Amino acid sequence: MSVTFLPERTETESPIEARELATRRGIGDRVFFRGAGASGFVVLTIMGAVGVFLTWEAVQALSASGFSFITTSEWLPDASGAGFGIAAVMPFTILIAFIAVAVATPIAIGTALFITEVAPTWLRSSLISMVDLMAAVPSVVYGLWGAFLLQNQVVGLSRWLNTWFGWFPLFSVSGADPNSPLSTATVYTASSFIAGIVVAMMVMPIQCSVMREVFSQVPIGEREGAFALGSTRWGMISVVSLPFGRGGMIGGTMLGLGRALGETIAVVLIISPRFDFTIQALEAGSNSVSSLIATRYSEATGFELSALMAAGLALFAITLVVNFIASYFVARSRSGAGSEA
Amino acid sequence: MTDLLGQSSVREATTDELWAITTKIDVTPTVVHPPDELWAPAGPNGRPPARTTLPVRPSPGTSPPAQRPIGKISRNELLMMFGAMLSSLSITMLVFGRLAALSGRFGFVVLWFVMFVVIYGLLISMVDNRPAVVDRVMATLLTAATAIAGIAVLSVILNTFWEGRSALAKWNFYTQDMSAAGPLDPISVGGISHAIVGTLIIIGLSMIFSVPLALVCAVYLTETRGKITEFVRSVVTAMTALPSIVAGLFIFATWVLILGQERSGIAAAFAVSIMMLPIIIRSADVVLRLVPGNLREASAALGAPQYRTVWHVVLPTARPGLATSVILGVARGIGETAPVLLVSGITGTMNTNPLANPMMSLPLATFQFVRTPVEAQQARGFATAAVLMILVLILFAVARILGGRQAGQLSKRQRRKAVSRSTHDMARIEAADHERYVSALDASAAASSPTPSTPPPPSSSSSSSPPPPPPPSAPSAGSSS
Repeated sequence: MSVTFLPERTETESPIEARELATRRGIGDRVFFRGAGASGFVVLTIMGAVGVFLTWEAVQALSASGFSFITTSEWLPDASGAGFGIAAVMPFTILIAFIAVAVATPIAIGTALFITEVAPTWLRSSLISMVDLMAAVPSVVYGLWGAFLLQNQVVGLSRWLNTWFGWFPLFSVSGADPNSPLSTATVYTASSFIAGIVVAMMVMPIQCSVMREVFSQVPIGEREGAFALGSTRWGMISVVSLPFGRGGMIGGTMLGLGRALGETIAVVLIISPRFDFTIQALEAGSNSVSSLIATRYSEATGFELSALMAAGLALFAITLVVNFIASYFVARSRSGAGSEA
Repeated sequence: MTDLLGQSSVREATTDELWAITTKIDVTPTVVHPPDELWAPAGPNGRPPARTTLPVRPSPGTSPPAQRPIGKISRNELLMMFGAMLSSLSITMLVFGRLAALSGRFGFVVLWFVMFVVIYGLLISMVDNRPAVVDRVMATLLTAATAIAGIAVLSVILNTFWEGRSALAKWNFYTQDMSAAGPLDPISVGGISHAIVGTLIIIGLSMIFSVPLALVCAVYLTETRGKITEFVRSVVTAMTALPSIVAGLFIFATWVLILGQERSGIAAAFAVSIMMLPIIIRSADVVLRLVPGNLREASAALGAPQYRTVWHVVLPTARPGLATSVILGVARGIGETAPVLLVSGITGTMNTNPLANPMMSLPLATFQFVRTPVEAQQARGFATAAVLMILVLILFAVARILGGRQAGQLSKRQRRKAVSRSTHDMARIEAADHERYVSALDASAAASSPTPSTPPPPSSSSSSSPPPPPPPSAPSAGSSS
């Protein structure tokens, strides 16, 4: 029924040409964009320089050790013959980071969903600042908490895990006899597990803030659609929020993993260093690349310093890869543009 | 029993309206034919008139299913929760005290929680269907996750203050340094004044290095688009998780090894600024992107170049949020231990010169104190951590106060200031208009003195009236096809 009224056009009228839309910027704007671009360039340069200078310093040690840097467990750069490598510290670092992420991710997802979906409005901003505060607590404070308070609480849990799940390599502890009433708790202290839990407290707020940001961008129409179809709140979360936020959840988890890999002081305060890797996470003794650097650099001479730089370079490379994968996932998610790291 | 879930919790207008529609459908369950006089006459083109067919519901007598409560907790639910809590507590106490003689607070809490979830789920399943049970159980789990986080952060803060209370109560702890005190001395000797001063110097220098660069880079990320911008953004995101020890190593490699400088406070400040830089950029980027686009467009429409838009519109609008992001970055930077340990070094004496000699910071002092297994040193360590926490909490509170306001919302004082600025601008514009009017009069008088042309209207607002809008000469390209 609708009738489109076409405007009458006279024959003499010339055909319409598209108006030119080029922007000619003034001198002020050109200076502004140059300056802003320069700042971005500086940031890129700093990042590149970190890699370049670490490599520069590490070359001496790497050229001496060659491929054995990856396969050697010991760290004796000065002693003759024994050599040095990251075959023990790097797996320990990854083990601690994975324990941390395994502990932190459920809590982070739960907290992020609670803040965006469950909590009453008046509580929301307080909870957000609680998570931000967790991110701002210095790692040395977490380290103190882990070493002096949490350790005593967790030893019981470690013993329980070892008693019932000891058949699983991750939870077995050599030297522990759960049936003996006289067994000491020291076989369970200073373990990768405890370090992992403390690092989890540090990575959880990072993961949580990324996930919360993504969940809060779930389109209101999709939410209401789910509710209108008779969904429960969890039904809505599982069919709308979680699929929508998948990219952000993966990215946030990876970002937390990157942070967990590099954590230094808290790990130093908790673990007692050892240089033979074991997957038995509950067992006393662990290590990490960053704690190796922090404890060894002070008495390091030229060559050992170079070896430590090489270890730092390896850590840098791994975190860089993890973080780039993370930011790829965050950016690729439907909503990632506005997420906060 | 279905009324246990209470139908009073209709909350959202949209669901409300939808429900009203459904109810109407139920009241008139047959196909509705409007009376004949309401039939629209057949159109001139002979098409049949439009009519609405409503679906027939199978059994007209049944009432609609109960509205699902979303969000609000009804009294029944509260009672069920309370009951589940009590019965799970009883069962747990029974298990721990009588049946298994278990021990340990941790296990008690865990078993209590598990029993609570099971009993609560059972109670819900008596009055509602499976999805509702899953919903309530999951809500409980989400609440528990948040509670774990809250308990953890509370216990971290309280434990620090409690363990350090003996040293925190001593005045000398704040006024002396450790140069005269050994590790075995009681806490009435020695203090952390050197670490407090060192922290302030290091963080101040780091702010000077990182904040301007970070803010300019955040502006760059928000004001430009393209592949390079996206790449810089990814690099910055990746840098937020840069291991702090690597930042320390980088400064150590360049500043100490290659440039041959000594370990000092300024080197620590360099390392800390590398850590702070990406954090501030990321959060400032998010804040700047929240500035409403219509403000930018309004400024551009008034003919402002982009740099003036940024300077006069974007940055002032986002000021509270920017302050928050800077403060959060500072709070992170102030607690960095590893880079300071590497490039500044441990000392017990006061050093106010950042260019030479080791400089202590609070986290490093904490680290050094607690590594000595002596009671006084450990108390000092916790007290130092408590002082650090106080600094972080102050920064955090300031950030909350500043950041509580949304972008563009002004305080009373700011609004008054804006109004007075506008009044001043108005006066200025009117004065300029008047001057132009007078000079135009003079010019026209000089050009044609015998017959003065009609003067422009005296109203100040329309004296510089825009040119009349162009006649609607041509339709836009789209509608002609």
